[in-house]
Amino acid sequence: MRLRHKNLLGIKDLTAEDINLILDTAESLKEVSTRDIKKVPTLRGRTVVTLFYEASTRTRTSFELAAKRLSADIISIATSISSVTKGETLKDTGKNIEAMNPDIIIIRHPHSGAPEILARSLRPAIVNAGDGAHEHPSQALLDLFTIREKKKRIAGLKVAIVGDITHSRVARSDIYALSKLGASVTLVGPATLIPVEIEKMGVKVSYRLEDVIPESDVIIMLRIQLERITQNLFPSIREYSRIFGLNSEKLKNAKKDLIVMHPGPINRGIELDPEVADGPHSVILEQVTNGIAVRMAVLYLLLGGKEESELTN
Amino acid sequence: MAFIEKRELLNSQSVERAITRITHEILEKNKGALNLALIGIRTRGVFLTKRIAQKIEDIEKVKVPVGIVDITLYRDDIGRTEAHPMLQKTEIPFSVTDKTIVLVDDVLFTGRTIRAALDAIMDLGRPRFVRLAVLIDRGNRELPIQANFVGRELPTTREELIQVQLMEADGIDRVVLGEEKK
Amino acid sequence: MNLLIKNGRVIDPQNKIDDRLDILVINGKISKVSKNIVPQNETGIPSETLKEIKEIDVAGKIVCPGFIDMHTHLREPGREDEETIRSGTLAAAYGGFTSIACMPNTEPVNDNKAVTDFIISKAKREGSVNVFPVGSITKGLEGKQLSEIGDLAETGCVGFSDDGKSVQNSELLRRAMEYAKMFSLPIISHCEDETLAANGAMNEGFVSTELGIKGIPNIAEEIVVARDILISRMAGAHLHLTHLSTAGSLELVKWAKNLGYKVTSDAAIHHLILTDEALRTYDTNLKMKPPLRTQKDIDALISGLKSGLIDAIVSDHAPHLLAEKDVELNNAPFGIIGLETEVSLALSLVHKNLLDLKTVISSFTVNPAKILSLDKGSLSVGKDADITILDLEREYKVDAKNFKSLSKNSPFIGWNLKGRPVAAIVGGKIVYCLD
Repeated sequence: MRLRHKNLLGIKDLTAEDINLILDTAESLKEVSTRDIKKVPTLRGRTVVTLFYEASTRTRTSFELAAKRLSADIISIATSISSVTKGETLKDTGKNIEAMNPDIIIIRHPHSGAPEILARSLRPAIVNAGDGAHEHPSQALLDLFTIREKKKRIAGLKVAIVGDITHSRVARSDIYALSKLGASVTLVGPATLIPVEIEKMGVKVSYRLEDVIPESDVIIMLRIQLERITQNLFPSIREYSRIFGLNSEKLKNAKKDLIVMHPGPINRGIELDPEVADGPHSVILEQVTNGIAVRMAVLYLLLGGKEESELTN
Repeated sequence: MAFIEKRELLNSQSVERAITRITHEILEKNKGALNLALIGIRTRGVFLTKRIAQKIEDIEKVKVPVGIVDITLYRDDIGRTEAHPMLQKTEIPFSVTDKTIVLVDDVLFTGRTIRAALDAIMDLGRPRFVRLAVLIDRGNRELPIQANFVGRELPTTREELIQVQLMEADGIDRVVLGEEKK
Repeated sequence: MNLLIKNGRVIDPQNKIDDRLDILVINGKISKVSKNIVPQNETGIPSETLKEIKEIDVAGKIVCPGFIDMHTHLREPGREDEETIRSGTLAAAYGGFTSIACMPNTEPVNDNKAVTDFIISKAKREGSVNVFPVGSITKGLEGKQLSEIGDLAETGCVGFSDDGKSVQNSELLRRAMEYAKMFSLPIISHCEDETLAANGAMNEGFVSTELGIKGIPNIAEEIVVARDILISRMAGAHLHLTHLSTAGSLELVKWAKNLGYKVTSDAAIHHLILTDEALRTYDTNLKMKPPLRTQKDIDALISGLKSGLIDAIVSDHAPHLLAEKDVELNNAPFGIIGLETEVSLALSLVHKNLLDLKTVISSFTVNPAKILSLDKGSLSVGKDADITILDLEREYKVDAKNFKSLSKNSPFIGWNLKGRPVAAIVGGKIVYCLD
């Protein structure tokens, strides 16, 4: 099978069918990571380049392992954004990498639209590992995979996404993915961190976590960045944690089979109490494991099989 | 690709007899069921494997381990041809090391599928022996691969098509010869 | 210098003319406007001059007073790589304009008479159209100290603006208005609250929410519009609000005009054509300040033009190099060029029956002339022969290769448009003629 898209720039471009294909493929690939020798020769000789303009150990390592387990060659280029403003533009960097003939370029960038710029000007397939506050498709896919594994379905589930929605690419990708597969999404966070007109994405909004917990099947907690305090988006850690943090006390009225997720890294004690992070509802570590299988599926589906003429975008 | 049937090569009874004979040959060669494990190649190889396993249990009163291998990840034509079949799981819930593995498939043709299956199994451990059982050997090998246990040898041309129908998937057991509808 | 423009439909809003008439230009001035002019029959024209009269037949075309664009950026002095007075005025001519006002955010800033003088002289030597400099309100556009407004006025500035930036200090703006009032010149206000707009790259709305890009909310403009109106009332000064972009701003202008305040306004052509939806492509040629807003705002602006809340249409022609614009949306500079597509785009609104031709022509002629107190904008006898000729039916495809501007940062490249200026005449001299 092959994904009917040349690139993976965002969940918005995918159909429910595309998403299910990726999840089903990931399920079959998960087994590779349980072997003693965690390798299959499928993408032998293919070259993957990761171009990360933002520091990230988690996502980058996950993509690296995914590529290596499929026997692809992978090389990581870490650039700081300052070198861009000083010298080479993104497009130039992309062209230089293209001259080395990679099959896939995985890019993480602090500005929305950067992967789109590359996709328009370069031949290799582009995978978006996070662009600004726009999308982080592989995270949403692994979130969905985890939910599906635990709950056996997506449709009809009530999912709450909690935290700084305005600055979260994970939130946007999750909203698209969950909605396309039939879940209903409620966003919870301070009004200062919920962007205007987001209801038009088909979600509900609440400012009270306690109201949303009892009916939720899944809660996705987002990381809060402390510099938002200086931007007057919320007054203090103490207040944020008290109102929007998740702790055992607030979970007293939760469904027994509620699952708690977090894209990581966690601010222990701020948005998530250690008890909850390590507790029975948490599937956070499973998200990490699933991340590799899902990313393997993405790489496999983008490269396996030809017929470029059939592809969209 | 639409298939036009030209003639029936094996009917239900013949298929059943072939599977029974293969089972006996496997047991004969192995001198019983000791250390034996069967691995079926998706998709129809899996059905054949389960039938052979059942017959072994009937004869030897022993349950041999059964696994399934999906060779999609080991194909030699990834990125070279049109869309492949859906990737499915490899499920081998036992260690292959030191075992006598009998690989089972419905049709042996170019040999590439078997090559891929061998690589897949080798990535999981070090079997003592790997033997190959196929229902139909239709010739036209492109790699030096041969089957140890063959249901029926049916020389064909490259353009002809052989279709194995099994009760579990098609409602009836038969093998037919045909050609592609143009 | 001597022309006979025959058979055109002459529309001169100031003189309330809309008729098939001929125009006679002698020595760069409008000599006569009437039917079937035969120069030989006119008294007082020397025979040598009669021989020099060039006849232009503009049957089927519209003849208007020379168009005025009161908000452009010429980049000279300082950024001659982006645009020069020569190239910018040539672009204006090819856009059908005969006069433009240029903003002071040059390098150095036009906050002293030396720079004003430089601009005026250079324009006289190399410019294709009349250039009227706008001086800065504050020194260096820093928003801290008043420029020598008196000097600037005397040297030839037609108004004062910190455009590109917005004066954040209310006390300073009050004093600037009181001071400029003495010279009967308007303060031209770019309205933007810097704290609300900070780091925004596009309109704050559903599109910016989906794209995850920090937005500039409507109130960033409206708060300052309200403030500036109130300050102008107290100071008794003429306030001109430039490139208004929101329905809310129009509500405020309505309030001000109803109460008789001396408030005028203009809207940039791109705010009448495009919405923030266009930014889904992340094309940096759609990034400008104020940003593209929503359809609701476009509707209000067009309605404002019809009702007179908005007096003029401008381009806010802002050249930028390809290298500067060819980056991520967040990093790209604000601004697009517009002189060479402005009139065609305005005519497209006429073709869509959203505006009538007379309103469009007024917004390019009599209205901006009045705002800047220019002796332009009409075809009255004795005035400079600044004339713009339009062909409403002419279809063409916008091609950057044809741009006279040194910069090509336009989102309209490749558009098929119907209706365009086919000639521009400045002081009787043909500076642009399509055929």
